Amino acid sequence: MPQVKILEEVCKGCGLCCDEVCPVNILVLSPDRINSSGYHPAEVTDNSKCIGCGYCFKICPEPAIEIYK
Amino acid sequence: MKQLFGRPAGLTDISQRYCPGCGHGIVHRIIGELLVKLNIRERTIGIAPVGCSVFADEYFNCDMIQPPHGRGPAVSTGIKRSRPDCIVFSYQGDGDLAAIGTAEIVHAAARNENITIIFINNAIFGMTGGQLAPTTLPGMKSTTSVQGRDIKKQGYPIKVCELLSGLDGPYYLARTAVDTPKNIINTEKALKTAFTYQIEEKGFSLVEILSMCPTNWGMTPVQSKKWIENTMVKYYPLGEYRNRAKEEK
Ligand SMILES: Cc1ncc(C[n+]2csc(CCOP(=O)(O)OP(=O)(O)O)c2C)c(N)n1
Ligand code: SF4
Ligand code: SF4
Ligand code: SF4
Ligand SMILES: [Mg+2]
Repeated sequence: MPQVKILEEVCKGCGLCCDEVCPVNILVLSPDRINSSGYHPAEVTDNSKCIGCGYCFKICPEPAIEIYK
Repeated sequence: MKQLFGRPAGLTDISQRYCPGCGHGIVHRIIGELLVKLNIRERTIGIAPVGCSVFADEYFNCDMIQPPHGRGPAVSTGIKRSRPDCIVFSYQGDGDLAAIGTAEIVHAAARNENITIIFINNAIFGMTGGQLAPTTLPGMKSTTSVQGRDIKKQGYPIKVCELLSGLDGPYYLARTAVDTPKNIINTEKALKTAFTYQIEEKGFSLVEILSMCPTNWGMTPVQSKKWIENTMVKYYPLGEYRNRAKEEK
């Protein structure tokens, strides 16, 4: 199963990966977590659904996402 | 575990000083990957523009130089002609390329210089605070067109791919966008094609990329990508405007 890793400190909370990008819709901006730059980082709701397509990584400008298998 | 996707070795570890959701970072990642995939990192010289990417010399993990505003194509020409063994790319915004640098880009294209231009069209002068650019859409608001671009006063936008495709010189011209995964994958393909033609010594290649500037568009990043999809692409159609390799077949 692919593993999605969000680099919380690198994420700028832009939300690009959270909107109509993930085919299984498992990315959201964290409602409560805040990184040291003051951004709400993206988080994974249910990693077991990830298909490893890399779309979230591709649209991330930082990139603050890593995918492992 | 094997990494399927992650920061490419063609980028340095420096955190890029772009606004959240800015399209520049997506294009940087693609270039960073291609430097490694095409095995050209050690012999590439990149040209950083004046604009929000003025610090691109710190972001790409290859040799970089930062010339005066708009002069990327001229400086690229000099580097490429004196070091033809090097791969040379000029990264430019729309203010840089289509306003102050119009003469340089037109003549480099006409000469079919064997260089690659990566042209970020965000329809605005980003770095200086959202002034009207040659690419600003009719009716689009900017800090110097507060009622929206009035074509009677400010004229029509410059469509760079269409303009350059009127010349015999260029070998490859394409327009892509970074608003959706599909368009990002097409951008990856177009940039790979552009660098490959330079490696094969075919001549001038330019990829124009429609890119989000949420800050100066006054939108969220998500609204910005939708604005590209629903509005910008209609004015700036995506696709190949010149591909001499296909014409030669
Ligand atoms: C000779 C000169 N004229 C004007 C400027 C001011 N200036 C800095 S960046 C810029 C335009 C940037 O817009 P663009 O190329 O579209 O890049 P973006 O920031 O949108 O990526 C201008 C006019 C300058 N630095 N040097
Ligand atoms: S790799 Fe694909 S499926 Fe997995 S989180 Fe990213 S977008 Fe979703
Ligand atoms: S696209 Fe990248 S920076 Fe933006 S929210 Fe997702 S992980 Fe964070
Ligand atoms: S001003 Fe626009 S182009 Fe410049 S970094 Fe911010 S979003 Fe990107
Ligand atoms: Mg611009």
